[in-house]
Amino acid sequence: MTFTDKLKTNPTALWSGVVLIACALIALPFALAMAGTTWVRVTNLAILFTLLALGLNIVVGFAGLLDLGYIAFYGVGAYVYALLASPQFNLHLPFWVILPIGALAACVFGVLLGAPTLKLRGDYLAIVTLGFGEIVRIFFNNLSQPVNITNGPQGISRIDPFTIGSFSFSQNEVLLGLNFSGPIKYYYLLLLVLIAVIVINLRLEDSRIGRAWQAIREDEVAAQAMGINTTRIKLLAFAMGASFGGVAGGMFAAMQGFISPESFVLVESVMVLSMVVLGGMGNIWGVIVGALLLSFVPELLRHTVDPLQRSLFGRLIVEPEVVRMLLFGLALMLMMLFRPAGLWPSKVRQRELADE
Amino acid sequence: MSILLDARDIGKRFGGVEALSAISLTIEHGEIYGLIGPNGAGKTTFFNVLTGVYRADSGGFSFDGAPLNVSAPHQVAVAGIARTFQNIRLFANMSALENVMVGRHVRTHAGIFGAILRGAGTRAEERAIHERARALLDYVGLAARGNEIAHSLPYGDQRRLEIARALATDPKLLALDEPAAGMNATETATLRQLLERIRTDGTTLLLIEHDMKLVMGLCDRIAVLDYGRKIAEGAPAAVRKDAAVIEAYLGGELA
Repeated sequence: MTFTDKLKTNPTALWSGVVLIACALIALPFALAMAGTTWVRVTNLAILFTLLALGLNIVVGFAGLLDLGYIAFYGVGAYVYALLASPQFNLHLPFWVILPIGALAACVFGVLLGAPTLKLRGDYLAIVTLGFGEIVRIFFNNLSQPVNITNGPQGISRIDPFTIGSFSFSQNEVLLGLNFSGPIKYYYLLLLVLIAVIVINLRLEDSRIGRAWQAIREDEVAAQAMGINTTRIKLLAFAMGASFGGVAGGMFAAMQGFISPESFVLVESVMVLSMVVLGGMGNIWGVIVGALLLSFVPELLRHTVDPLQRSLFGRLIVEPEVVRMLLFGLALMLMMLFRPAGLWPSKVRQRELADE
Repeated sequence: MSILLDARDIGKRFGGVEALSAISLTIEHGEIYGLIGPNGAGKTTFFNVLTGVYRADSGGFSFDGAPLNVSAPHQVAVAGIARTFQNIRLFANMSALENVMVGRHVRTHAGIFGAILRGAGTRAEERAIHERARALLDYVGLAARGNEIAHSLPYGDQRRLEIARALATDPKLLALDEPAAGMNATETATLRQLLERIRTDGTTLLLIEHDMKLVMGLCDRIAVLDYGRKIAEGAPAAVRKDAAVIEAYLGGELA
């Protein structure tokens, strides 16, 4: 009997587990705030990247389409938010209006990219999506002339934070003797969005559409013979993944208050893809583990490598950034050797890799 | 009996090779129609043209009283033609039950929002998909193997699973590409019973097959292809005696 089966037969254990995790997640930002507000921000970014990884998981994990330009949708969502809620055009729409617009805009871009390219497979699709990601970034970079839309490489600053009436996500508030700083408020909001996205992912996977995605991944010709409109179903995957990216982008813009094209470079796409692959393509829990690992470990290194070397050798020999890339490369190689389906793979993916 | 499928002057060329030249045939409601011929005669090409994998260079089909206009393979299944493959093409890493559930895709409707919101309608549809898939597994004799992974099933079971998956699309015409290939005598006998039962339950069958005993015993009518032409058509007994057929299979007499 597996662990999950045991939990299913014992609802008391399951629910006490859920309550424990919920309490831990609710208390977490206050514990982090004691170590410094930076850590709350780091956690928020980690959750944001988890959202992105879960969105990309729909495209890569469920539908099996390799997308190397995913960060473009994140960028579209971020720029939509920034343009509609900043002094750039002097527009200040409320966030619950902009986030759906951002998701829709990203979705439209997803379809625009997908419609002409989904006949391509494997490596070819990867190259086209990579190009698309770069094109979008270059557009952000250059759309300051002849009409200044994106403000070019300087980016857009003074972006509005989320506000509901007089309640702003950027202000400190003391409630019941607890200090709710801006990042802590965003943390709770992100947590809610994350839960929603997890539920959506789980439901999509176990649905008529989810089965069609899996069938296409397994054998496209047979899927067509079963009456699955493969082009449409693949486009759906692209559109869904892109929308998630758009929402995450909007939240990123609001949290940071500043965005520039530099946040949407190819390396970011690669990073999100690595989270999906490292965690375990197609398995939602694996992807979450991958995203959290790749978000937190670099931060931990940043805070340990420097002091460690100074105390050992008296001076800095290797830059933290270098150590980070070294370990990252090593981790990927070890993973390919020992756990090719990811740290916490989906059962189906594991079988697929075992066959090859 | 009325005509279910009417193929008119179907032609298909691959470069200089005329794979099919002006093939015309009609399949009637409720019959088992066999398509035979030596290797390379064009049987599978005809199959692929019919199921939308290739586009015919000339001619056309009418199906169930309406012209069959196909621009993508999935529309064939929508119209009511389901197929199996010569070299089995199951969704290898999905369970047997999931394979059949995928077959229900074309007759069900839940979309993205249905999947996310999971309202009463979607839940009822999912239950119906489950029940129908279980019933179909039972129908082909795989009731006990629903949770097994498709590619780990024995060969004969994989063949039958492919048939169950095709039946899940509620076809009017079930097209089988060499269903008995690689089967032993017992498996072929079981297959024959299954095919007869499918016909009795109202589905018309088109069968490409090399096993002459099976074809002659099972089919109501047979068409024989050779070098892309239809050289004979009729009841098994008549086709068996046809001079052109004997020549195609055994070679012409020495002059």
